[in-house]
Amino acid sequence: MSLDASDIEKIAHLARLAVAPESIERYAADLSNILELVTRMDAVDTHAVEPMAHPLHMSQRLRPDRVTEPDRRTLLQANAPLTERGLYLVPKVID
Amino acid sequence: MMQWETVIGLEIHTQLATRSKIFSGAPTAFGAEPNTQACAIDLGLPGVLPVLNAEAVRLAVRFGKAIGAEIARRSIFARKNYFYPDLPKGYQISQYELPIVGEGRVEIVLDDATVKSVGVTRAHLEEDAGKSLHDDKLGGGGYSGIDLNRAGTPLLEIVSEPDMRSPKEAVAYARKIHQLVRWIGISDGNMQEGSFRVDANVSVRPRGQTLFGTRTEIKNLNSFRFIERAIQFEVERQIDVIEGGGTVVQETRLYDPERDETRSMRSKEEANDYRYFPDPDLLPLELDVAFIVDAVADLPELPDARRERFHIQHGLGEYDASLLTGSRDLADYFEAVVAATGEPKLAANWVNGELAAALNRADVEIAQSPVSAAMLAGLIRRILDQTISGKLAKQVFEAMWAGAGDADQVIRAQGLRQITDSGQLEPMIEAIIAANPDQVSQYRAGKEKVFGFFVGQVMKESKGKANPRQVNEILKRKLAGDP
Repeated sequence: MSLDASDIEKIAHLARLAVAPESIERYAADLSNILELVTRMDAVDTHAVEPMAHPLHMSQRLRPDRVTEPDRRTLLQANAPLTERGLYLVPKVID
Repeated sequence: MMQWETVIGLEIHTQLATRSKIFSGAPTAFGAEPNTQACAIDLGLPGVLPVLNAEAVRLAVRFGKAIGAEIARRSIFARKNYFYPDLPKGYQISQYELPIVGEGRVEIVLDDATVKSVGVTRAHLEEDAGKSLHDDKLGGGGYSGIDLNRAGTPLLEIVSEPDMRSPKEAVAYARKIHQLVRWIGISDGNMQEGSFRVDANVSVRPRGQTLFGTRTEIKNLNSFRFIERAIQFEVERQIDVIEGGGTVVQETRLYDPERDETRSMRSKEEANDYRYFPDPDLLPLELDVAFIVDAVADLPELPDARRERFHIQHGLGEYDASLLTGSRDLADYFEAVVAATGEPKLAANWVNGELAAALNRADVEIAQSPVSAAMLAGLIRRILDQTISGKLAKQVFEAMWAGAGDADQVIRAQGLRQITDSGQLEPMIEAIIAANPDQVSQYRAGKEKVFGFFVGQVMKESKGKANPRQVNEILKRKLAGDP
């Protein structure tokens, strides 16, 4: 499978990455090479292998349902460029 | 004229009733000041790790069991990637392949009393996003405000098969899931507070065709009435498009209740490529048998089973039985009244009649009823032992509702005790007969309608308290000239 320029533009847009027009061809080639490697691995017979969701052979630990986090709004909002009435402000989004 | 068939599937997001969030120890209480319940994990700050809330898992397992679904012994959390300001991490933790709850079924009762089985494809755990507020005054204009209190709230997304064939069926299914999640105590189902949100996938196809038509997804359905109206509008819109020679475009549409229409949400069009992948921050969730057994050990008798039992054990009709199992509180209330009176039919009439009407008028839930099950039972006992007539019982009920005490207190305070003492009734009736000689001779001449006049006079004289059966009996005897 190989990717063309329009695939790269779409992927970059979905990931909100600014890719310079002159780099698109290079990305297309590099990413196609990676996919090519994966295609080659497809040749290995993996029928008896259970798909892995995580590299660690462990299962998820559970947390008791207890409130442990106090309100730290003032501290956390000190990181934010703009806040008002307790809200984080972002450039207007419209639906 | 082409005959069209509607095909509907619903995705229901129900908020799980936990104290803390699904991956953090921040509280989930509704209505807090903005961002006071959003901790570093909810904000997606660098270096934080999500840890799964055991209670959210337990509640999901309960739901799975209640719809007869397989509970996955191993399930996986995945990242659903999209960008929106109320999603700080840039992805929502959800489940994609291997959800916790597999295929199940629920039964819905249609208008014509037929029962239809609707398939549930799956149910998966996920976190909620935050909330965007659009207010032109924020920051002097040009800004949206973000409240992340809701971010990380545990949700169970319940996905149905495309089994519904009309807006009414879709509403019946949504109501069924709503009844069930509250019944088994996994969600408060509060639609105003967003604890129960419905998206509808809607398509139409020529009747008889097996292939599905192109579907649209309608969002923002936060009441049962809106579900019905939005789907109705969307079905008509799609038929108009097709009959006008066009094609339906697969898209997300927003229901606007004020204009009663759906319209395209252009912002969502490009966002359908979510690029799911397993979340490396979370290990596979593996449930042992003990956890599952423990989670469902105290599941109550489910609504369908209880409806059936009310039908068989209490001899109630399908309609009464289904009304009385609308919620667990209501069913418990009814059975408490039956236990105290031994009269299921009378109890059903009062609960579905006077009580339901009063609750409706006051817009309160059964749990807040000022007339408790014990109080209603006390009233029914006074009807059964003929202390009061059915008509006066309604007056007593209203007084109880208004806080005038239990049935016996009201009957005593208002002097409503039925007169069943013939030593008191006979002189009253004799006086009435003596005062109306014309009517007496009419009656004796065969004009039996006049009998009603005498009954009316006795009731008036006794202020409605005379026992009607005794009045009839004594009147007949006296009018016939017997002593």
